[in-house]
Amino acid sequence: MTKKQKKLRRRILIAAGLLGALHFIPVTGPVRFFLYLIPYFVIGYDLLKKAAIGIANGQVLDENFLMAIATVGALILGLTQSGDYAEAVAVMLFFQIGELFESYAVGKSRKNIAALMDIRPDHANILQNGQLVQVDPETVEAGTVIFVKPGEKVPLDGILLSGNSTLDTSALTGESLPRDVSAGDEIVSGCINLTGLLQIRTTKAFGESTVSKILELVENASSRKSRSEDFVTKFARYYTPAVCIAALAVACVPPVANLLLGSQPEFSVWLYRALSFLVASCPCALVISIPLTFFAGIGGASREGILVKGSNYLEALSKTRTVVFDKTGTLTRGAFEVVDIHPVDMTVDALLEYAALAESASCHPISKCLQRRYGNQPDHKRVSHIQEISGHGVTAIVDGKTVAAGNHKLMQHLSIPYIREQAVGTVIHVAVGGSYAGYILIADTLKSTAQAAMVALKKAGIQKTVMLTGDNAATARQIGDQLQIDRVCAQLLPGDKVTQVEALLAESSGGKLAFVGDGINDAPVLGRADIGIAMGAMGADAAIEAADVVLMDDDPMKIAKAIRISRKCLGIVYQNIVFAIAVKLLALILVAFGAANMWLAIFADVGVMVLAVLNAIRAMFVKKC
Amino acid sequence: MQKTYQIEVDCANCAAKMEVAAGKLEGVAAVTVNYMTQKMTVVFAEGADVAATIQAVAKTCKKIDSDFSIEL
Repeated sequence: MTKKQKKLRRRILIAAGLLGALHFIPVTGPVRFFLYLIPYFVIGYDLLKKAAIGIANGQVLDENFLMAIATVGALILGLTQSGDYAEAVAVMLFFQIGELFESYAVGKSRKNIAALMDIRPDHANILQNGQLVQVDPETVEAGTVIFVKPGEKVPLDGILLSGNSTLDTSALTGESLPRDVSAGDEIVSGCINLTGLLQIRTTKAFGESTVSKILELVENASSRKSRSEDFVTKFARYYTPAVCIAALAVACVPPVANLLLGSQPEFSVWLYRALSFLVASCPCALVISIPLTFFAGIGGASREGILVKGSNYLEALSKTRTVVFDKTGTLTRGAFEVVDIHPVDMTVDALLEYAALAESASCHPISKCLQRRYGNQPDHKRVSHIQEISGHGVTAIVDGKTVAAGNHKLMQHLSIPYIREQAVGTVIHVAVGGSYAGYILIADTLKSTAQAAMVALKKAGIQKTVMLTGDNAATARQIGDQLQIDRVCAQLLPGDKVTQVEALLAESSGGKLAFVGDGINDAPVLGRADIGIAMGAMGADAAIEAADVVLMDDDPMKIAKAIRISRKCLGIVYQNIVFAIAVKLLALILVAFGAANMWLAIFADVGVMVLAVLNAIRAMFVKKC
Repeated sequence: MQKTYQIEVDCANCAAKMEVAAGKLEGVAAVTVNYMTQKMTVVFAEGADVAATIQAVAKTCKKIDSDFSIEL
């Protein structure tokens, strides 16, 4: 608790104690009145002062003013009629308990959510005169060599120069499995170094580093208001004056009507009801719980590696009906891999070895993926006379045999008969000693969770999935069928993707359209869709800029998760709006007809607020979403 | 020009009122008061006197909630 909160708590305890004690003291008349004034001022002096300042500043309809009027009115009624002063004190007491709870709960969740995103590094270690010294990360220039000890956060983006270690990326991605890194790897700031000492050459200054981009994004996120928040602000603007006018009407109209009808005016009864009306008039529950819900939801999502740039996007996300995917890098890994090895008259390993050795000098992506699959360091002594034939492939002498590895054009060029393979992907034919030895199929592979992600999306109520790709129709169709995507558009240029999304936007009625890309050269599409989702953004700051929702890792499962989180959050928002307004209206009606007193009015006010705040905090827990 | 200030505001309703009131001031193009993060972002109008404007904003907010404070 803060100092302010502790002080308020003390005042609440004292006032409650005094109020309880006074209940048993048998005094009457003015003495009783003055005795009750003691707890009243103990608990309410600041509110009365604020109300006075408010009146001086022309703020006549704030909650302080309303509570002041209601309780002072109740005290006067007590003095002149009923002799019951406890009610006024109790109303003030409960109001302050509500205030204390609100400030405590909000402060607490603010701290919790800030802790969720506690990725801000405290210092960077650099070498000065042979000694490691700690400096402020903001002062470290790009290109400096920094050291990160086990247990420390990586303060700046960079390249690992030496050291092997595992990194905990969970604060960034929500992924609990640590990541192994070795020299040459790119290291992203915000990760925690778990085991070895890392020596990193920084590539960016602190302001440009991933960690500061993310912090900036998260801190500014809840400033973009959703329509629900706007609604609540507008509602509050009309609600409070409306209730005050209604209170005035309750105080004046029935007594006057009674007078006209010749019966007892019952001024005090109606005045009491009007004052109770004022007590119930505060829209606090709504005004506090809606932004708190969004804040908690955005905070909880960021813990899962889902960064949402504003409440408005969280709201839009919950209404998503169509999800459009980019293929490469989003559904597929965007990296080529050997998917099939088909030898003729030799073993799989032998074929792979010939191909890998023949291609060992090439830096073509295909060669790289052959080497990766081969696994061993190619023995360059076994290879000679390497010749690259551009657009065809390579020929080389491996272990004294002529090896040719390349596409069908190479085989035709060498007049070697080959198997015509229709599979999707890139086929590398291999000939050894002038005769056909088989082929190796290389293709972009689906991400392991792509299929499950589609099922999860359909389960989450997504009506239409669309895949856009620049790839050829055969590849696109195969992947589309495999993933059961509703619509596939192939052979698109980057500009065509915008046109396609615009057409889809025009088609869709009601629901929102989300576009998911990897943030590389699809910025215009990300911007055009209702919600742009960039994935695999760890280290790609262009994606963080362009998208509305950023998935830190590249797991497509997170899309459905983000939608589920947004639904939960918006569900809570609607629950709170309906619940708070319903209880308030009910309380007002009961009070107006004399079925409820001021006690019920204050319970309705504080009770609804407490429940709505507790409900709002639920939005933070999204692990099981 | 846009600037973000650390503020202290005690009630969410006041924050909403401050947004409306401060937004109407001369030299202010837009204001967001974020109750949750206790931050106020002011977009100053072209050619506005930043120091004077933020003083006016602070004064207006203080009128709405006497407990309001801002770190300039």
